[in-house]
Amino acid sequence: MQKVLTGNQSAAWGAMCAKAQVVSAYPITPQTTIIEELADIVAKGLLDAKFIKVESEHSAMAGCIGAQAAGARTFTATSSQGLALMHELLHWAALARLPVVMANVNRAMAPGWSIWTDQNDSLAQRDTGWLQFYCESNQEVLDTTIQAYKIAEAVNLPVMLILDAFFLSHTYEAVDIPGQEATSKYLPPYKPSIYLNVDDPHAFGGIVPQDIYMEFRYKMQLAMDEALIAADKADDDFKAMFGRGYGVVEEYRLDGADYVLVTSGTVTSTTRTVIDDLQEKGHSVGLLKMKMLRPFPAEKVRKILSGRKRVAVLDRNISVGMGGVWSQEIRSVMYHLPEDQRPPIYDYIVGLGGRDVTPEFIEEIALDLEKRPVKDCDQVWIGLKE
Amino acid sequence: MLELRFHSRGGQGGVIAGKLLAVAIFKEDRFVQSFPTFGVERRAAPVMAFVRIDDKPVRIRTQIYKPDHIIILDQSLLQMLDVTQGLKSGGTILINTEKKPEDFDFDDSYKVVTVDASSIAVKHGLGSVTQPIVNTSILGALAKILKIVKIESVVAAIEEDVPAKTEANVAAAIEAYEVAVG
Repeated sequence: MQKVLTGNQSAAWGAMCAKAQVVSAYPITPQTTIIEELADIVAKGLLDAKFIKVESEHSAMAGCIGAQAAGARTFTATSSQGLALMHELLHWAALARLPVVMANVNRAMAPGWSIWTDQNDSLAQRDTGWLQFYCESNQEVLDTTIQAYKIAEAVNLPVMLILDAFFLSHTYEAVDIPGQEATSKYLPPYKPSIYLNVDDPHAFGGIVPQDIYMEFRYKMQLAMDEALIAADKADDDFKAMFGRGYGVVEEYRLDGADYVLVTSGTVTSTTRTVIDDLQEKGHSVGLLKMKMLRPFPAEKVRKILSGRKRVAVLDRNISVGMGGVWSQEIRSVMYHLPEDQRPPIYDYIVGLGGRDVTPEFIEEIALDLEKRPVKDCDQVWIGLKE
Repeated sequence: MLELRFHSRGGQGGVIAGKLLAVAIFKEDRFVQSFPTFGVERRAAPVMAFVRIDDKPVRIRTQIYKPDHIIILDQSLLQMLDVTQGLKSGGTILINTEKKPEDFDFDDSYKVVTVDASSIAVKHGLGSVTQPIVNTSILGALAKILKIVKIESVVAAIEEDVPAKTEANVAAAIEAYEVAVG
């Protein structure tokens, strides 16, 4: 079935297709219509789930943690300041190895108050142990919500899928909604091996002394390594069943390209049109789309970028005092390649607080990349107001 | 690719007009993207809605700065906004008003079409005399004037997506389609 949906509705319909059993969420700003739509879906009986309305995002995640620990498939959604308020419990969900799935609408942090998109809210949660996936269309939001459960439950780690405020969250487009039967085949009911069960008691959340804490962390790292494989498999299986796949990274017209633009979120979609135009004009430039931030697809990125002439990372975020987060990650995995394989990596800061990243702007970056001195590759800000 | 911009006030249904048009275009198996002003919506405040239509998937994800046509649901906005900003030469300006096209002083490169969508809406019991809800009427007129969507598709979109006063909204769209001239 196809329907015209917003990105927010797509996330909600994804949770419905995945048959989430508990939705625990805070309903007020910065919450988005994801939760409004899901409340409606549950009220209409389209999804047999317990909807728990809580008094804060911190409690929303606590609700997910409790329900997931009791063996239920859970879902929540948030945005910006709301995600920040969850921070403590994001660690808890990950370290407790609970495969919670959450949609986060990328909105800039306040002050100054903003409801517009940038990635600082989710990137600030990079080290909490959650997998992160950045989407570029409403279809990808819906499909990724379903895939998220498959991956999360395979490795017992929580997954955050991320969509840009307004450019996806409030934009209507046609979305294909997979049939319930096929979705249930792709994603069978959640059956944890250990959960809060009076007939089979286990201890949860006990103190972990110095002699074994490191091993807990090491096992999480192993699970993240496993997630690299699980994410590819979940996408391959999805493609086999529904005809759509995305990859944790995607190469777009990169064959033989000297210059590479690296993007995430909706900037990717617009950049595709710019790459088409520039290649027609004879420029040797292609696109690398980054979908997954954690686990970081290091091997894939190295393979794709090694030997290129120059790389521009379009960062819709800033770790102030250092630079864009995606560019730091990419430089880090490229560093130990031999010098002749290692292109200079330029960090373009773009679109903060929802400022529009237009095709003209992206083209300006592509042309700037071809001529800017290598010593000026850190934090390139273009189009700043005086 | 065709790009449209709707001007209205919060509560008049401009954003829903954009959504309904998206559903109607989708029903014709074409590709469409529709979104409201990226802002904080308040009743009676000026709001915009945007629609992109193409025969291939719409990949550009930015605001619309140079629309092909504009649709104005509230003529009082003409005194406070430069509604034609960025409008492409040769574009149509469709205005909900009881006035005639020659009563307006727009650049000669634009085609001006008027339709009294408010009266049609009120006649069909949509909103009140002071606050008519004109989105479905204006879409009927749009189908006739811009010829970018069939009236049957608009009607089907209303039937599918307007749960309240569905029949009255359909009737208003059809009446506006029939009376619009341009």
